[in-house]
Amino acid sequence: MRPFAYVKPADVAEAVQAVATEPGAKFLGGGTNLVDLMREGIERPHTVVDVTGLPLDEVHELPGGGLRIGALVRNSVLAAHPRVRTSYPVLSQAILAGASAQLRNMATVGGNLLQRTRCPYFYDLAAACNKREPGAGCDAIGGFTRSHAILGVSDSCIATHPSDMCVALAALDAVVEVRSVRGTRRIPLVDFHVLPGDTPHVETTLAADELITAVELPPSPAPSRYRKVRDRASYAFALVSVAAALEVRDGTVAAVRLALGGVAPKPWRAREAERLLLGGPATEEAFRQAADAELAPATARPGNAFKSGLARATITATLRELIIEGEAA
Amino acid sequence: MTTTDIRAPEKYVGRPVDRLDGPAKTTGEARYAAEHHYPDLAYAALVHATIARGRITAMDTAAARAVPGVIEILTHENAPAMKPAPKVSLLDISTMASGTSVNYLATDEVHWNGQPVAVVVAETSEVARHAAALVRPAYQELPAVVDFAAEEPNAAPQKSSMLAETSADKGDAHAALATAQASVDLRFTTPPHNHNALEPHATIAVWDGDRLTVHEGTQNFGWLRKHLAKRFGVPERNIRVVSPFVGGGFGGKGMVWAGTLLAVLAARATGRPVRLALTRAGVNHTVGGRTASTQRVALGADADGRLTALIHTSVSRTGRIGGTPEQITSASRHLYAAPNIHLRQHLVQLDLLANTSMRAPGESIGTFALESAMDELAWELGMDPIELRMRNEPERNPVDGKRFARRLLREAYAVGAERFGWRERDPRPGAMRDGRWLVGMGVASAYHPSWKLPASVTVRLSADGGVEVRCAMHEIGVGAATVQAQIAADELGVPLEAVRVRYDDSDLPLGAMAGGSMQTASVAESLLAACRKLKQSALALARRAADSPLRGRRLDELEARDGGLHHGASGETYAEILARAGRDHLEAAIKSGALGMVGMLRERRRWVKAACGAQFCEVRVDPDTGEVRVSRWLGVFDVGRVINVKTTASQLRGGIVMGIGLALTEETQVDPRTGRIMNAGLAEYHVPVHADIPHIDVHCLDEPDPTMPLGLVGVGEVSITGVGAAVANAVRHATGKRIVDLPITIDKLL
Repeated sequence: MRPFAYVKPADVAEAVQAVATEPGAKFLGGGTNLVDLMREGIERPHTVVDVTGLPLDEVHELPGGGLRIGALVRNSVLAAHPRVRTSYPVLSQAILAGASAQLRNMATVGGNLLQRTRCPYFYDLAAACNKREPGAGCDAIGGFTRSHAILGVSDSCIATHPSDMCVALAALDAVVEVRSVRGTRRIPLVDFHVLPGDTPHVETTLAADELITAVELPPSPAPSRYRKVRDRASYAFALVSVAAALEVRDGTVAAVRLALGGVAPKPWRAREAERLLLGGPATEEAFRQAADAELAPATARPGNAFKSGLARATITATLRELIIEGEAA
Repeated sequence: MTTTDIRAPEKYVGRPVDRLDGPAKTTGEARYAAEHHYPDLAYAALVHATIARGRITAMDTAAARAVPGVIEILTHENAPAMKPAPKVSLLDISTMASGTSVNYLATDEVHWNGQPVAVVVAETSEVARHAAALVRPAYQELPAVVDFAAEEPNAAPQKSSMLAETSADKGDAHAALATAQASVDLRFTTPPHNHNALEPHATIAVWDGDRLTVHEGTQNFGWLRKHLAKRFGVPERNIRVVSPFVGGGFGGKGMVWAGTLLAVLAARATGRPVRLALTRAGVNHTVGGRTASTQRVALGADADGRLTALIHTSVSRTGRIGGTPEQITSASRHLYAAPNIHLRQHLVQLDLLANTSMRAPGESIGTFALESAMDELAWELGMDPIELRMRNEPERNPVDGKRFARRLLREAYAVGAERFGWRERDPRPGAMRDGRWLVGMGVASAYHPSWKLPASVTVRLSADGGVEVRCAMHEIGVGAATVQAQIAADELGVPLEAVRVRYDDSDLPLGAMAGGSMQTASVAESLLAACRKLKQSALALARRAADSPLRGRRLDELEARDGGLHHGASGETYAEILARAGRDHLEAAIKSGALGMVGMLRERRRWVKAACGAQFCEVRVDPDTGEVRVSRWLGVFDVGRVINVKTTASQLRGGIVMGIGLALTEETQVDPRTGRIMNAGLAEYHVPVHADIPHIDVHCLDEPDPTMPLGLVGVGEVSITGVGAAVANAVRHATGKRIVDLPITIDKLL
């Protein structure tokens, strides 16, 4: 780990000022990803601005039924929050499906949004990686791609975004609030992360000097759930995950939200599948067709070609489970 | 675990005695290798090669040397030379200690991707690791052969040795297969695996003149000491290895790997005590793991399910710079009474780190193939898989007709079927459900040869009645010292609390390696002999006194109990005997010698000895996603007499967990383009987590093996074997799909 300066600002204004004057600075939340990356020599900040003392660690109800989640709320606290558990089960389930209890106790909401990919070629300094070193090439292509993306990929990068929480937030139409010396702005979560194109080192629309201060959720949607499929029962990243909310009236899909994890460089809102499902019959056949349409543009490699079939099966199963859950309620 | 307790309750052998180091481990008092402190301790970090094969053309250390706190950077340009690794010879099996044949930092050659090419020594471990990242080697790359799958067709026959037979021929298996009424012919693949013990390898090396102290978690005191003596040119007696606890060995700490040698080298070069604790990736890059394999198992049978042909062939790999071939077809020598048997093992050499022993090498992956094929034959015949095995249970060892020391596989299956509810199994594939989950039940046989080696043990009896057992043993987490204390307490008739076992230091009499499941039996044999010798001495001392109630008695008339020797109601304590004779202690020593080794090999020619068992597995498979969850497990084992019900059960359960990892999750991803391990960490190399493991029921038949000390048979590895096949067979039952490529992951079931 390269030696670095450490500062701990007392308030948000001081925090954003600290990075505004220091281009090589990084905000430190729970440190569960940044510190690992620094140890590996992948992140090499000159200055670490520890924001964990800032008053951004509360969950507030919003007028009209939404929730405002401070960027420093710990993942485990958010997952256990009564309003989250009752109104946004997909979010609670997604968080609990990720990492381990110890990591969730440390990890913050803001930090979770900024997790970097777990692509092994990104992590191994001996491998070529356009994300780590623009223009270097991509050793993942032609290598082990089990954890890699099939949607939204480019010839430069096929890495996945590893977050479970963000997949749920994508389905929930969450909005990210960010702050810098220039003021505050709001970014829909689905626009927060960007596809790699030929600049895979650019992962979000967040400017280097902007601090995530909160995530806001609109009022809760229909019944929702998160299903994560992985190579062991716990503590593994998703091969495929599905965040879904579904409302069925008289056998017809009245409302649907669908987002996918493990298959794309960003939390993947499945707009095409939603469009096909909405107003149509709530049948397994319709679910499968919608999933197929969403996955039609997939670019698979030998190591991850199974993901289309797995994603279709998981989407179908998750929507089926929501119908069963709805009938039971 | 349950056993039938038929022994007198005052005896310790057979009881669930708590392990003696339990409190130290649970309170954190137990100090592992990296946790020893020296006032001027320096810290080392490795620089690893990033090419598979080639030469180092330049080594830029300027940036690293400029980091404050860096003491020294050792490369092939400036490191003091070690002596080369000794050539392997069966006359001195300690020559097998060398993990690889590479003379680290004495050559510009790179032999595998990850080979250490420099060592940074610094005032803190943070500085050492930071500076190591700044060392910039330049290479001339040479062509490398690293792709096992591509190279596998070029394999050459593996030679047999005195220690491992690699082939067998009985009758004409190919002709019998061709005319068999029922047959299966399957090709299996198993991936490479890496050691990922909880404690990454760590060494503290301290030189004092030409005397060396090494703190390290080792599975083999003797090999480590001898190897260091050879490499550093000092007498063996000048080297002391201290190793009170090993945070998991599993074969990964049995040989001497780069980290150990380079810590000792760095300490010598800097004149400072040096700690070298490997990173997790460092363990993957410098400590060998398990070879990949391809295997063919072809079975022929008559319509009644009697085997007519058994063919088992394998290909595995070693490294060009060393490696231990696995006895992949070993279990096929022993399990089935086929009249025609053909066994062969083949090897390829790759430009990869040498492989090594790992968790029942050979038998774990060999039984996966053999026992999967037997299950498939049962499907082919429409026969219950247990019944098929029972019809082929041999009276004598199938390949050579040798006698089994004993064989209780029938009993294991009978007990297991009853306890597991095998009768409830609907034999049709996919017929059993739990909600949407598909339920499957599978069985497989476990088999692991039973070995023992010579061991030296000294037992000392003090005037206060205390007993000290001295034997350098390897506490790899199994309760090694605890079970020997139980044995000594029983043999001498003293309370367990009176026995102290000193085991943690190579200055003690050397026991046997903790490998091949042989440490406990090997040490027990010498301990029993030492205790007998000690009692003889005590009796001789007593008989000199006119007033001793033992006067005129022979040892075999006496009972050791209540802290002394007794005949019926009369007798006396050891304390009384020693006090009367004016002695403050008595001591008895058993020394291992070369003759012991010859005796062991001779015994192997007479008997076929093994631990065996029946593995019962129930899985649930998600019909949508192919996710497999092991929902129930029972293992019924014949491990001879059980010395400690509690530690034995733990060890057997641990083995089953390793087997579940082999079956479902574990795979080292070696990039076939570069030979680089791409999942060299615990987040990416998937050992099973708690959520993957159900309640595991284990049961021991607890029948003494008449040819082994106290009737005990090593417990270490048998429970790993058969697990892979039991899972695959349960998956076959649940889904109708035969998975022949490990691990059984979702993509193979979709």
